[in-house]
Order: sequence, then C-alpha cells, then structure tokens
Amino acid sequence: MSTTKRNGGASFLRSLLNAWSWLFLILILAFFEIYAQTQTGSTFLFRVYNLQSISVAASQILLLALGLTLVIVAGHIDLSIAFSTGFAAVAMALVVRAAGDDPGLAMVLLALIVGLLAAGIVGVVNGWLVAHLDVPSFIGTLGTYGIARGAALIVAGGATVSIRSDTVRSFGNGEIWLFPIPVVIAAVLAIGCHYLLAHTRFGAHTYALGANRASVERAGVDVKRHLMLLFIISALTAGIGGLIYTGRFSAGAANAGEPILLYAVAAVFIGGASLTGGQGTISGTVIGAFIIAVIQFGLVFSGLPPYWQFVAVGLVIIVAVLVDQSKHRVTGDRS
Amino acid sequence: MTALLEVKNLKKRFGGNEAVKDVNFEVNAGECVVLAGDNGAGKSTVIKMISGVYTPTAGTVHLNGELLTGKSPEAVRNAGIETIYQDLALADNLDPGLNLYLGREISRRVMGLPFLDRKKMREDAARVMKSLGITVPDPAAPVREMSGGQRQAIALARAIHWQAGLVIMDEPTAALGVPEQREVMALIERMKQQGVGIILISHNLPDIFAAADRIVVLARGVVAGVRRPDETNDEEVVRMMMGATL
Repeated sequence: MSTTKRNGGASFLRSLLNAWSWLFLILILAFFEIYAQTQTGSTFLFRVYNLQSISVAASQILLLALGLTLVIVAGHIDLSIAFSTGFAAVAMALVVRAAGDDPGLAMVLLALIVGLLAAGIVGVVNGWLVAHLDVPSFIGTLGTYGIARGAALIVAGGATVSIRSDTVRSFGNGEIWLFPIPVVIAAVLAIGCHYLLAHTRFGAHTYALGANRASVERAGVDVKRHLMLLFIISALTAGIGGLIYTGRFSAGAANAGEPILLYAVAAVFIGGASLTGGQGTISGTVIGAFIIAVIQFGLVFSGLPPYWQFVAVGLVIIVAVLVDQSKHRVTGDRS
Repeated sequence: MTALLEVKNLKKRFGGNEAVKDVNFEVNAGECVVLAGDNGAGKSTVIKMISGVYTPTAGTVHLNGELLTGKSPEAVRNAGIETIYQDLALADNLDPGLNLYLGREISRRVMGLPFLDRKKMREDAARVMKSLGITVPDPAAPVREMSGGQRQAIALARAIHWQAGLVIMDEPTAALGVPEQREVMALIERMKQQGVGIILISHNLPDIFAAADRIVVLARGVVAGVRRPDETNDEEVVRMMMGATL
C-alpha cells in the first residue's frame, strides 16, 4: 500500500542476495582448490587444462541457455531446444557426410547453414504456436521437443551420423590462443545476447512482455512478431550448440542436447530469472552455467562418483529459487 | 468556442441489444467531465467508441474538429486521446523512464550501435512527474516499488509527455486506499491546469463531486442529465443514475 522504505540493513541484504550466485561460484572454486591442495597436493584452478575443460562445459550449457534466457524473461519457456540442438547436429553431419571424405570449406559452410536452418524451423514452429495460436509455451514446445526429436532420429536413421573431416574437427576442437573455439563462439553469442537484452528496445520490450503483456500491446508493439523472433533466437543459439557438438565429436547425434536441457534451464534460474517472467540477465545465466560446469568438472576431478553432479545441481536450483523468494520479501515488492 | 471533444448522437448496437442509444456531450480543454452511471449504463461502451476500440453503429466523435470515428485505437491515440485503464498497463519491472517511453524508447549511438538512453528517459520521467507534483524517490527503481498514486502519475505522465489533449481515466481510484485516492484527485487537478481535458469514469459519488466540472449521467444508454456539481447533489445524481430522466 505504501512506498517501500529502504533501510540500510535491507539494502545490504538485498545486494547480498543479488550477488549470491557470484559468491557461490567463488565458494565452490575455493572448495575444489582447497580439496586439491590438501588431498592431492595439486591445483584445481591454476591449470590451463582444467580451466579450458570447465569453459567448454559451460559453453555447451550456455549455447542452450542464452536464447532460453530471452524466452524466460518474456515469461515463456522453450523445452524444444534440446532437440533443436540435436536436429542441427544431425542435419549438419548428414550434409558433410554426403559430400564425401574431407569435403572442402564450401561444403562445410553449406552444412553449417543447413544445420542452422534445421534449428530455425523448430523456432518458427514454436513462435507460430505460441504467438499466433496462443498455445502455452510449456505445452507447445513440449510438443516440438517430441517432433524435433523424432525428426532428428528419422533423418539420422536412428544412429549417430559419423563424419570424417579435418575442417569440421578443427572447428570443434581448435583453439584461438588459449581459448577453445566453442568457448569463443559462446562468448561472442553471450555478448550479443547481453547487448540485445540489456541495451536495445527489443530487450526492453522483452522485459515488459514478461511483466505485463498488455503494457507492450497498448504501447503499439507487435507482440506476435516479438514472440516469433524470441523463439527463433532461442532455436538458433541451441542450433549453434548442435553444430559445435558435431565439430567436437565428428558426429551428429539426435540426442546431442538432451542431457544439457536441464542444466540450461537450471543456469537461467540460478542466474536470477523467474518462472513468471520479467526478470533475468545474460550475465546471471553465464554465472549459472559456470556454477554447473565447475560442479560437473570438480566432482570428476576430485574422483567422486560423477552422479553426485545431479544431486548438487538439483540442490543449487532449489537454493536459487529460495534466494529469489527471499529477495521479494526483503524488497517488499508489490508483485 | 468549439469544444475539445465533441460526441454526437453516438449509438452502439450489439446484435439485438442497444447498449448505447443516443449520447451527446462535449469536453473543453482544461475541463474534467465525469461520466457517471450504474453498471450497464453504457459508460464503458461510450469510452471504447471514443478511444477507437469499438466502431459506433451511428454518430460521430470529433477532437479539435477532426473526425475520429472509425479510426483505429492507435490512430486515436496519435490524434491526442490517451486512455488510462484501471490496471494502468505499466511494466512493473521497468523504471518510470522506460514506462514513459514504452514502445517509443530513445537510444543513442555508441560506435554505430544503438544503446537505450536510460538516463535521458529517467530524467524526462522525473521532470514530467514533477510537473504533476510527484517526486520519484529513486528514478532507477522499478515501478512496482512505488505507491498507487505514484504509479497513476506515471500513467498520466505518459499522456502528458506525448501531448494528449484529452485523457480518459477509467475508475482510477477503484483499487486505491484513501490517501492515494487524494493523490489521484490532486493529479487530475494539475492535469486540468495544464489545459488537458479529462473524461473520468466513476461511480464513487465523493470522487465525482470532487473532480467534476460537469457531470454527465448515463442511464440505459442515454444521457439522463448533465449537471454542474454546484447545482446538484448526491440524491439527484443517484436518482438520474437509476433512470429517472429529468
């Protein structure tokens, strides 16, 4: 009812809650470093190989999570990214394979474009379902999750499409200075998505859409077109993840993105997004992806059974939601 | 003197039901006209015909002599009529600046790329709201942290900033506490001083008498009577609302 009064304590607590994911990331890095120093006399953090492995794992998650962040900020969800990734990976691999052993650069480029188009189709269908047919995005993209999965398996003949191409292999495994190419691509896309969400009218409309659809509609924004674009962006970033998968493993697999879906969704929510929309940032999602990647790699590194990663990531998701709720309590939001 | 807004012989039929039979009234610049009436009297239908949401079955709407009948809601807004709905249509997670400019954001170029000019939009919002007598404590804070009166001021700032000549307010005090209702009444007064014409929809009698320069009472789709607040009283207005055409 009344104006929110901010006192010192609450605003300190609030900045603490806003920064919790950073603190948490530092905490787990410190944990694994101390573990390495005391248990094995080695280092966790100060070895290039470890940092590269963590970054590659984080970039895999990010390629699904970046576009998803935009969709979630707008108050929707995209589950089909798991198989936009797989569909793109398979489509790319099929084109490379059809070109024979060691195809030229032109064929590889064509394969990349075909892979992106395959993912783009999934995005257009999602956008059409949600924007024009008013299908709730959870249901609509669950449908296309199944359709894209089936389509990828059908065109792949139910198997992994393996290829032989040095060009493709170096695309997925090369390094630019010390940075693996997948990491460089994910970083460039992260900067692009950050710019889009934080600094453009498109981003402002995305936040407004997540908070109150009527506000953007009455402001004369073409909401249908906006939703369509969001789902296309989401499918394309996931599709790029599929292209990198094919590059890294010299094979296109329909289930390339499936194990990452949960982590991508988790990264977005750990990064401060809300299921109801209207909040979330790309930098938050990047931190979220790194938290998960550090947990994944750190558990393998420390010799614990890797299955603990599922437990650990699950716990972090729940903590993220609890933090978000207490944030609302501290600020006394009206929403 | 020609009126700012002229509503003539407005009629709206939905199938066999004549929701609005024959409505005439005028609004002058700097004047607040209250449309009063019971539920189903035709108030919402009339304002939707003015704002372009409904096309009238017959009759005309003129703003500054320009015919608006048949234009789209967007064209009507561009012509200078802003409608403020009960829910205000604010994006609660954005600051007042972005809410003021929603759909018409301004950017500045940095190395050829457009970047939202949040600072300029915040300053403009603070300035327009100040002209309405409202100080924003933290111009960067999302509007959900603001009071009902401040939020109403943002919606009104949007109308003023985009130079609406006429503002339609639909039950602006319905969801507010008493102090905030007073804030809104003060806002209406300042809008009038800036020469803006106002149509206020209300069935709250104290509000009606506090804000109105003229009261247009609707009952069953027709104008049951037009009164100045100083020449009538609660009882007569209620009687007209109930349909006793005088």
